[in-house]
Amino acid sequence: MRKITGIFNHSILIIMVIVCIFPMVWVVSSSLKSQQTVFTDMSLIPSEMQFENYTRTWQQGNFGDYFFNSVYYTVIVVFGVLFISSLAGFGLTRLKIPGKNIIFIILISTMMIPIPGAFIALYVLLANLGLINTRTGYILCMINGGLPFAIFLFKSFFEGISKDLEDAAKIDGCNKFQLYMKIAMPLSKPIIAIVVIHNALMVWNEYILAMLVLTDRKLMPLQRGLMVFQGTHIADYHLLMAGIAITTIPIIIIYFLMQKHIISGVMAGALK
Amino acid sequence: MNRTTKDYVKNYLFVVPAVLMFIVFSAYPFYKIIELSLVRWDGISPVMQFIGLDNFTHIFTSNPTWWLSVRNALYVTALALVFQNGLALFLAYIVDKDIKGKNFYRTIFFLPPILSGIAVGIIWNWILQGDYGLLNQLLIRLNLSGLARSWMSNPRTALTSIAVIHMWQGLGWGFLILLAGLQSIPRDIYEAARIDGACEFKVFTKITAPLMIPTFFIVSILTILGTMRIYDIIVATTGGGPGYHTEVPISRIIATMLGSSRFGYASAMGVVFGLMLLVISIIQIKMSKKMERT
Repeated sequence: MRKITGIFNHSILIIMVIVCIFPMVWVVSSSLKSQQTVFTDMSLIPSEMQFENYTRTWQQGNFGDYFFNSVYYTVIVVFGVLFISSLAGFGLTRLKIPGKNIIFIILISTMMIPIPGAFIALYVLLANLGLINTRTGYILCMINGGLPFAIFLFKSFFEGISKDLEDAAKIDGCNKFQLYMKIAMPLSKPIIAIVVIHNALMVWNEYILAMLVLTDRKLMPLQRGLMVFQGTHIADYHLLMAGIAITTIPIIIIYFLMQKHIISGVMAGALK
Repeated sequence: MNRTTKDYVKNYLFVVPAVLMFIVFSAYPFYKIIELSLVRWDGISPVMQFIGLDNFTHIFTSNPTWWLSVRNALYVTALALVFQNGLALFLAYIVDKDIKGKNFYRTIFFLPPILSGIAVGIIWNWILQGDYGLLNQLLIRLNLSGLARSWMSNPRTALTSIAVIHMWQGLGWGFLILLAGLQSIPRDIYEAARIDGACEFKVFTKITAPLMIPTFFIVSILTILGTMRIYDIIVATTGGGPGYHTEVPISRIIATMLGSSRFGYASAMGVVFGLMLLVISIIQIKMSKKMERT
């Protein structure tokens, strides 16, 4: 009896594994077929591999620009969030700041209050500041989106650091900023990892703000670019799938290399 | 300025960047969206016409499309709550008992959640495509061609197809949190129950399920808040169609803002929708506090 349920359980799990992976396999398979065979050839490994689909997609679809932009936005936003949130987290725990509890609650309040239409106001704000269709406008909004959770994480972490280390450093003549740079930051590697992963995934996959703020193709990130490419190549499924592969495979590779960190990072984000 | 005041000023410098960002990009938009919800404005003209609560009255009395979009999102949410989380719990339960390969399953099941909604939408749009899509080809090969249809453009299947795609993406996420919950239950409780002769079903209903209630709660609330705001998958597949069959609140807000340039009205929709989500969050906090006490 035990054996039968064991076999049953394992078959269900294997089926689910296939269900999860198969669409990605199908993407790669379709992306290597030709305009005709993509509609007729149902095999997983196409008889003739059309690798030029990738070069065609990359060139016709401006994917070079989109890819560069996605990497650029991701790196800057991650650094911005890390810097601003760790400074605030440090200040709010290790320094004398009157009213710091209230400041903290206000800063993380957007985690609790959902404002699904906030993008309308952000759009109007950026328009007033002359930041519509600029990298700066998009980046600032995205940094702000990542701050509350990161501040929350850094604050909880810095609260746990022993005071002794700080006192020793003070005797050695460290000022407050050096204390932050040389003592607090090196200790908070686990938090830094969570913040980097959480924000990198958020920026890489973001669509709504990119659609509202960025109308110039030269400034668009990958998700936005994919939608533009879909609009112009609506029936070219082989090229569309090549575009999907270009957009997702870097993330998938990074995911498999760092899956333990990513899973714990996303878990922390979900359970905030 | 004496020394301590100077010290305080220096300390505040650490918090200033975060506070500035908050004021400009969170507090101001929050105020602005409430202000805009009370006016008629096309987004460009320098004049905003104050109309009081007219936008809200209109939403509540004469905007069936908006309420249809809310209903659509509720439908997808209900399916996700039952089927996505039900299956996720079942899978987590199996994996929790059988330690071997736990990491492998966790890694694979979590692959869809790290993909973007746009990519997931375009992929499934191709699989479910009417004429040459994989699903229909498969049905034809299995002599079930009667079932084949263009899933995304058929009014009867479009919204459910969206829900299936959404659940495919969300399953691994539910699985992960539920598995973490199951793993946190001490093993010796199970041992004790088994020695007492309890069967597996009894163990689940009398021990596992009650201990898992806080986890069920978190997963349900996050599923509701996440699914109600579904948008990316829809924009990459149906774009809200056919007709209004797959419109959701976020797609209505964006259409009202960009499509018909009614910024005030779109803001009012945002406020209404935000309040709905807020009520859900408050219920969550209230109920989880109640449960902590009991």
